[in-house]
Amino acid sequence: MALLEVNDLTTYYKLKEGTVKACEGVSLHVDKGEALGLVGESASGKTTVALSLMKLIPENASIIGGSIKLDGKELVTATEEEMQKIRWKEISIIFQGAMNALNPVHTVGDQIAEVLKIHEKLTDKEARQRTRDLFEKVEIDPDRVREYPHEFSGGMRQRAMIAMAIACNPKLVIGDEPTTALDVMVQAQVLQLLHHLRQEIDMGLILITHDLSVVGETCDKVAVMYAGRIVELGPTETVFTRPAHPYTRALLAAFPDIEGERTMASSIPGNPPNLLYPPPGCRFHERCSEVIPVCREEQPPTITINDQHYASCHLLSRRVKS
Amino acid sequence: MTALVDVDQLEVHFTARAGLLRSMFGRETPVVRAVDGVSFTLGKGEILCLAGESGSGKTTTGKAILRLVEPTAGKVYYAGEDVRAYNRSKLRSFRQEAQIIFQDPYESLNPRQTVFNIVAEPLEVNNLCHSLAEKEERVARALIDAGLHNPQELFLRYPHELSGGQRQRLAIAGSLVLDPKFIVADEPVSMLDLSIRAGILKLMVDLRDQKGISYLFITHDLSLAWLVSDRIAIMYLGKIVELGSADTVIKDPLHPYTRALVSVIPAPRRKVITRQSLLKGETPDPVNVPPGCRFHPRCPVALPRCREEVPPYREVRPGHFAACHLING
Repeated sequence: MALLEVNDLTTYYKLKEGTVKACEGVSLHVDKGEALGLVGESASGKTTVALSLMKLIPENASIIGGSIKLDGKELVTATEEEMQKIRWKEISIIFQGAMNALNPVHTVGDQIAEVLKIHEKLTDKEARQRTRDLFEKVEIDPDRVREYPHEFSGGMRQRAMIAMAIACNPKLVIGDEPTTALDVMVQAQVLQLLHHLRQEIDMGLILITHDLSVVGETCDKVAVMYAGRIVELGPTETVFTRPAHPYTRALLAAFPDIEGERTMASSIPGNPPNLLYPPPGCRFHERCSEVIPVCREEQPPTITINDQHYASCHLLSRRVKS
Repeated sequence: MTALVDVDQLEVHFTARAGLLRSMFGRETPVVRAVDGVSFTLGKGEILCLAGESGSGKTTTGKAILRLVEPTAGKVYYAGEDVRAYNRSKLRSFRQEAQIIFQDPYESLNPRQTVFNIVAEPLEVNNLCHSLAEKEERVARALIDAGLHNPQELFLRYPHELSGGQRQRLAIAGSLVLDPKFIVADEPVSMLDLSIRAGILKLMVDLRDQKGISYLFITHDLSLAWLVSDRIAIMYLGKIVELGSADTVIKDPLHPYTRALVSVIPAPRRKVITRQSLLKGETPDPVNVPPGCRFHPRCPVALPRCREEVPPYREVRPGHFAACHLING
């Protein structure tokens, strides 16, 4: 049984203007100790997926369908009270802006100890000791537990967020753009840390990012999202070397490759659709260079290319038929 | 190539706010050496990239050249004239020719102004148009030059109605309307999605090719620097540690810091986190600049003398400058 099994997850936001179909029919699964990269551009729905998994979606949003099973337990129907027991202990999240996620008026150590006291029922002394251990694990000098968030550098704050996320040994950690605001060198350090921790404590990881290179480093498999849907999912290696969906191909081509030719990377014409009024048919058809008439009318089916590699594209179904 | 901009030993120091206790006991106020002796030239029609991590001083250098922050010491020459000696009217005409584009088009555009008013404002401020028809024509031309076709349709729109890429194009149009010769582009695409970045960069290069605009392109992303610029200067803690043609700096870096940075350039099929070359720690605080070579505490190959002597910044090979004790030649 997979650690996390998401089937047909659909989350909509209600706005004055109408319904934003931010995440539609998302299915994925993560095994124990496995890392999945969820890649997409801004407004592709990747953060909505993360917040839905944590059941932390804003008030104007609702999960209108599908299921989220964590270790066999259904989360979609779980009450807030049940979720409070699950969050941090079984599933936790590392947010992008560590400065905003940490409370500026408490020491970093106290904030982590607080999580341990509430969820692990540790005494004050035990929690302090565990916090020092956690600092060591994320490679911060344990003596700095008494410092405030503003005394930490950006990379250290992000490490502290990771320490908090793994404090209760969760089975699954979601990183929502955990390295986006960091310099490349620090980003590489933090990714290295996440990689080691995952192996050490055998946690499942969902890494949400707009940056394909981050996924290539750390994830076993990758799901590419576009306009609220997963368009391709498969082992990282396969998706990067033999991308099946035109969007994945275009995204890879947009990446400048310093080991290749010094030519301008190509951009994808147009802009992602407004999810208040998603286009009919395939949501990518307006920007797709390989569009055929059926793409404008029918939503493409999900095609199994081979074991573990799926993509939703009409061109693939043609190829399979013929 | 004649130099359009010549920067000579530029320094920008800021006084950090001293705490109450420190000022009571009369200690020196700490000084942030944001830019600490930077020299380079920018040719006409050249794209020079200033690259480095956050806190390296690249943005401050760009702003000091335009006198958006006042330099503490050093010289900046624009077309042979000393920018720091400009009087008000000279400064005004300099600022028509020399423009800056900021990172965040969401913040640099006034949300309450229409597209037309945003682009027309520089013309009005500088009293450059005498009729509405002329103004409309110049605004439309700037929008087209920035790659926004059908400009008349956009005139009455507001920034929030545009996409991220369109907004950055609008910001570019706002600087093009004055026919600039020199643009400081400060991380112009880092807020944009990958799929639309290339379009904006291509626009910048096209404008250089067609109008001969020179750019100081500021970025933390070395792969973009490599794609777009003629030469790259790598900054660390307020100093340029290496400068050379884009290809030499990326393919054949000399300075240990550049080497480390190049080794972690992200690419989908590149594995960097397992590499040994990962530097430890983060850039130190520019209030406490390490003595000697300022990179020595993080340098994997530092020698004892690196802790004491400041390495000279010199031309190691023709056109290739670096500041490191370990480089021979």
